[in-house]
Amino acid sequence: MEYEAVIGLEVHAQLKTRTKTFCDCSTVFALKPNIHVCPVCLGMPGVLPVLNRKIVLYACMLSMAVEGTIENRSVFARKNYFYPDLPKGYQISQYELPINKDGIIRIQTDSGTKKVRLNRIHIEEDAGKLMHNHDGTSFVDFNRSGIPLLEIVSEPDMASPDEAVAYLKKLRTILLYLGICDGNMEEGSLRCDANISVRPKGQTQLGVKSELKNMNSFRFIHKALEYEIKRQTDVLEDGGTIVQETRLWDEASGTTKSMRSKEEAHDYRYFPEPDLLNLEVTSALLEEARKNVPELPDAKAKRFVAGYNLPQYDAEVLTASRDLAGYFEDMVKLFDKPKTASNWIMSEMLRFIKDIDTGIGSFKVTPAQTAKLLGLVEDGTISGKIAKSVYERMVETGKEPDGLIKELGLEQISDEKEIQEIIKSVMEKNQREVLQYRAGKEKVFGFFVGQVMKATGGKANPSMVNELLRKNLKEVK
Amino acid sequence: MKEKINIDVKKVAELARLEFSDDELKVFSTQFQAILEYISQIDELELDDVEPMASPLPGPQRLRPDSQEKNTADTPEATQKMAVANAPGSMEGYFVVPKVIE
Repeated sequence: MEYEAVIGLEVHAQLKTRTKTFCDCSTVFALKPNIHVCPVCLGMPGVLPVLNRKIVLYACMLSMAVEGTIENRSVFARKNYFYPDLPKGYQISQYELPINKDGIIRIQTDSGTKKVRLNRIHIEEDAGKLMHNHDGTSFVDFNRSGIPLLEIVSEPDMASPDEAVAYLKKLRTILLYLGICDGNMEEGSLRCDANISVRPKGQTQLGVKSELKNMNSFRFIHKALEYEIKRQTDVLEDGGTIVQETRLWDEASGTTKSMRSKEEAHDYRYFPEPDLLNLEVTSALLEEARKNVPELPDAKAKRFVAGYNLPQYDAEVLTASRDLAGYFEDMVKLFDKPKTASNWIMSEMLRFIKDIDTGIGSFKVTPAQTAKLLGLVEDGTISGKIAKSVYERMVETGKEPDGLIKELGLEQISDEKEIQEIIKSVMEKNQREVLQYRAGKEKVFGFFVGQVMKATGGKANPSMVNELLRKNLKEVK
Repeated sequence: MKEKINIDVKKVAELARLEFSDDELKVFSTQFQAILEYISQIDELELDDVEPMASPLPGPQRLRPDSQEKNTADTPEATQKMAVANAPGSMEGYFVVPKVIE
């Protein structure tokens, strides 16, 4: 029987605020434990939470970006459980009435654009950090306690690991465009849990799901989902049943492992947080949010296709980062061949950039310098091949292309006389090949081009070399 | 009062990490029952047109700006010392607890 997967993702995005959710402790990462703490985020008795306005603003911005609904009135709730990283014995979250409902994230699949629906986005606070020791103790650090999170819950609309990763990448790009989360998965500022089940193809009823945790990179998420689809399919094919449970991805073994938890563990007894009144979103705040939402990746890609006549693929690569898209636009302001500029960025520039989200700002070559370099290729000052080696030096030094070309003596030779001289000497040195060519062996033409290029250090204007060579080789002495 | 509401006091106690004797559980069971029956009078009212209330207090919650106002005079060392001052166990600025892995 053929099976299909049904995947929904729960993403926790750490928000880039200066202070925590309910107190004004710093959110800056610290190596020393328990230095960004106060009675509020340590859960001391008698303290009262006061919500950070910026979090509400960020939630509204994200909701606008995914075309969701912002609730005028939402309510905070206590999620009750005991764990040493949770000092109050409850996490302040939102339950029945979250700040944002619905929304759409568009992903590209093999069969075109697919809309993944969002169920909700809500505000909550992070827990502290635990370090487990070998002597039967654990260390607790509450620097992270109370750092604001948005939990973004999708509908089970994804059918493969590829789609799940595409969704997550798109969501991450949107968060980065909005500037509300740094998106770093390794460091945990973007965390993802997956609900996954399989069912016989065509069946409408959902299968029993498992919840996957501990996947802190796109690659791990892909691998974990792949593994889990196979595991669940195997169980069903052997006539077994899936147990609803939480499983942890284990990178070392490349498998997911059941997390045995106590039966009572998931009775959170949510109830409205009595220390916080209703959260109302004012029109002033909505207006501020609207002003802070920039042009988003989908709209930008569309504009790149329409305005610059770029292929969809190029538009998507360029808009995957707001900085990169800006780089491209700055470039084409000075160099009016968008496709050439796009090619250069994709095949040359991106080779030198490890991370397009953080690497563009510190990249040594400016859009204006790259535009100038491409202009020099266009007007025949240098060949495309030489441009590539000049570019490498630009990346190293940040120097201007024209200066470097002079410094390295790389200007293209476009002087007919000079090229003619070189061709002559090459032909004299290789008379046997000249005769072969004239006898009809046209393949040796490439040999002559190579010899002329070698003699000029690759600087001869290629089309002139071609033209003059043909002329010279034809002539019978 | 209408039908009897059953409440598993033992489970509630376990969730709250509280330990009681059987006698105590019996007493609480009777008391909880009384509370729930009292509250269940609300069920007799026609409330379809009433919006659920999350808080008896009026007005929206007040928000604070995303800026630091307090603690600025404290050094990291002083903050850390304050944090773990009353902890049953601490080491190098960490709280120390019995190992728990879920």
